[in-house]
Amino acid sequence: MIENIKAFLGDFFVTGDPMIYGADVSIALASIAIVVTLTYFKKWRWLWDEWLTTVDHKKIGIMYIIAALLMLFRGGVDAILMRTQLALPNMNFLDADHYNQIFTTHGTIMIIFVAMPFIFGLMNIAVPLQIGARDVAYPYLNALSFWLFFFGAMLFNLSFVIGGSPDAGWTAYAPYAGPELNPSSVGQNYYYIGVQISGIGSLMTGINFLVTIAKMRAPGMTLFKMPMFTWSILITSLIIIFAFPTFTVTLALGLFDHLLGTHFFTIGGGGSPMLWANLFWFWGHPEVYIVLLPVFGIFSEVIATFAHKTLFGYATMVCSMVAISILSFLTWLHHFFTMGNTAPVNAFFSLSTMLIAIPTGVKIFNWLFTLNKGRIEFTTPMLWALAFIPNFTIGGVTGVMLAMAPADYQYHNSMFLIAHFHSTLIAGTVFGVFCGLHYWWPKMFGYLLNEKLGKWSFWVFMISFNVCFMPMYFLGLMGMTRRMYTYPAGLGWGPVNFIITIGAFGMGVGFVIMAWNIVWSAIKGKRDTTGDPWGGRTLEWSIPSPAPEYNFAHIPKVTTRDAFAAMKEDKKRGREQKPKPFEPIHMPNNSGIPFIMSALFFVAGFGFVFKWYWMGIPGLIGVAICMIARSFVYDDHHHIPTDEIERTERATGRLS
Amino acid sequence: MIKEYKNTAVKPEPKGFPWKQVVGLFLSLALTFLALWVALGLSLPVPITLTVIVGLAIIQALIQLFMFMHFTEGTDPSHQMMGIAFGLFVAFAMVAGTLWIMAFML
Ligand code: HEM
Ligand SMILES: [Cu+2]
Repeated sequence: MIENIKAFLGDFFVTGDPMIYGADVSIALASIAIVVTLTYFKKWRWLWDEWLTTVDHKKIGIMYIIAALLMLFRGGVDAILMRTQLALPNMNFLDADHYNQIFTTHGTIMIIFVAMPFIFGLMNIAVPLQIGARDVAYPYLNALSFWLFFFGAMLFNLSFVIGGSPDAGWTAYAPYAGPELNPSSVGQNYYYIGVQISGIGSLMTGINFLVTIAKMRAPGMTLFKMPMFTWSILITSLIIIFAFPTFTVTLALGLFDHLLGTHFFTIGGGGSPMLWANLFWFWGHPEVYIVLLPVFGIFSEVIATFAHKTLFGYATMVCSMVAISILSFLTWLHHFFTMGNTAPVNAFFSLSTMLIAIPTGVKIFNWLFTLNKGRIEFTTPMLWALAFIPNFTIGGVTGVMLAMAPADYQYHNSMFLIAHFHSTLIAGTVFGVFCGLHYWWPKMFGYLLNEKLGKWSFWVFMISFNVCFMPMYFLGLMGMTRRMYTYPAGLGWGPVNFIITIGAFGMGVGFVIMAWNIVWSAIKGKRDTTGDPWGGRTLEWSIPSPAPEYNFAHIPKVTTRDAFAAMKEDKKRGREQKPKPFEPIHMPNNSGIPFIMSALFFVAGFGFVFKWYWMGIPGLIGVAICMIARSFVYDDHHHIPTDEIERTERATGRLS
Repeated sequence: MIKEYKNTAVKPEPKGFPWKQVVGLFLSLALTFLALWVALGLSLPVPITLTVIVGLAIIQALIQLFMFMHFTEGTDPSHQMMGIAFGLFVAFAMVAGTLWIMAFML
């Protein structure tokens, strides 16, 4: 009996590695610390009422960003562990298995649990404010999206200490990920289920924002008067809606192979492992644009604001995004040119990939022309935006190199590829979300991040990024492949790898400075009393910082692009409109169901990971009960009375 | 083109029993199990099985469109057409692309 229990626990918890024991201890300590602090300060009620049940897009946005920053920390630690292992030849810091698990969790976490939620956070904050709306179209669904993402991420992260992490790469290629070569299934199931749960949330976010932007714009704001960030989110939502269902189905089929013994991706029974790669990338390539287009939007806003000019080539910007949204569904094969496809197939996808570089290049020129003759102000967000242009262009150019199918036979799966996609993902997505974070921070919290610390973190991070990833291109050309846990001395790779590792640690330092900046500014940061700290051009800057619960006391009337810049111009000319009396504002009620339902998804997911149907099925029944319960909630909104609006507006100095 | 609207939340549907949705749900379930039975329960030749279940899938897609997805409602039919057109494009790209890519293995 005791032996049985021991054997079970030995399998259940990951054992035998001091690093994992360290993680166990730190997870336990952190949980205890959180519980104790909340109890001591009697904050449970506050946590539940203000955050866990909220449907306010601004609070949901903040929670997305906090979660994304925590996950960035976890993914960054993974990166540093890998780089430490590779710093010198023949290192024994991580063994092969452990290295495989770490690059898998690093990749999955960075894409699914950092890049996506960070972008979702920023769009939750900014889009409703930019279009003059009081919330998103479906606030309840928005909360559900967030909690599904959150519990999906938690489930995936749990694999590290319970059961063991997946090790088949973030791409989870069959047959290695399949049941034949992965008979215990636990790690792989974590991948399928954790990513699936958060993916459902992403799909709903796409729908929510498409409807929000289509239906909830302020009067007068026609499509071609929308801010560029809003445009980018509109297009992104469209890509999400059409790309994510493929992923949902693909993950489900992969899971069926493990749980139900089907043969979609196994060789036995007529399945095809290559079909996994094909379906995965049919989602995977659009996904790349899902995490890039929004940051293109952020850069457009920031560059226009700090160059003090309207954006150059608004219509071409929009057209190139529409072109990207169509072309992004036609390039997926460039991730597996070497799979044995026929020459015409490779030629087609080679061309379509090069074609998609054209609209992207057009956008680069638009930003350059916006800067041209502008009065440029070098704030922290602007520095991230300016650094993006050259650094991202290197990623783009190497992408075109990779797009040439015959040449790709050389580059494929080498460190050259790793350098390429980090140039786009870091210099694009990460620079972009950091840029947006600094830019919208005052609107979120009512104070600015410190500029000096911000610039330090920028320079340290940006220079280290180049120290890390520039040499990596050459390392790839020297023959080092990806996912290699160690290498012998004497190949000439040692010194290059060492430099790369220095860069990786430098990026860690840059991130720590940014974290310190957040803490420092929370205590001593400059208050933003005007609501318009940057001289902004779009509507989010027309309201106080932080934005009141109802966002706009009066829904603004829009007549032109850069609506707020125009309003300020009017004010200067003395053509201000007389304030109208307030009207009660209709707001959605908070709800605990999204949290509970997502937690039940977590329980169900955990059960299915271990094939414990006694746990998985009741979990799913609980999910269904939550849905039924919600459909009987009729009283789902309230009105904010006019005197409360008046009090709030007076407190922010908007009424005299 | 999409026109601008008052930015209030989407209006709730008129109350009353949602017959349309319930019928749609049961039809979808029936079609799904029918497809399962055709594939597992009958031993028809493979091409016929495939044709039948693809046919059932198309019927089910139409049920979803009309019973759940408010296909016939809305203020501007051009939205629906754009959505459907993009959906058909993506479906075509995936199916035709996959067949073409994997043809070398057949
Ligand atoms: C702190 C900066 C980062 C460093 C030093 C870093 C380093 C690495 C390393 C060493 C690998 C594994 C290479 C190999 O042996 O195959 C890797 C893989 C990967 N990284 Fe990063 N990375 C960083 C940030 C990011 C970010 C921000 C993203 C995405 C938003 C990202 C996405 C990925 C992906 C998708 C993989 C592939 C994983 C796989 O092979 O399955 N990384 N990275
Ligand atoms: Cu791609």
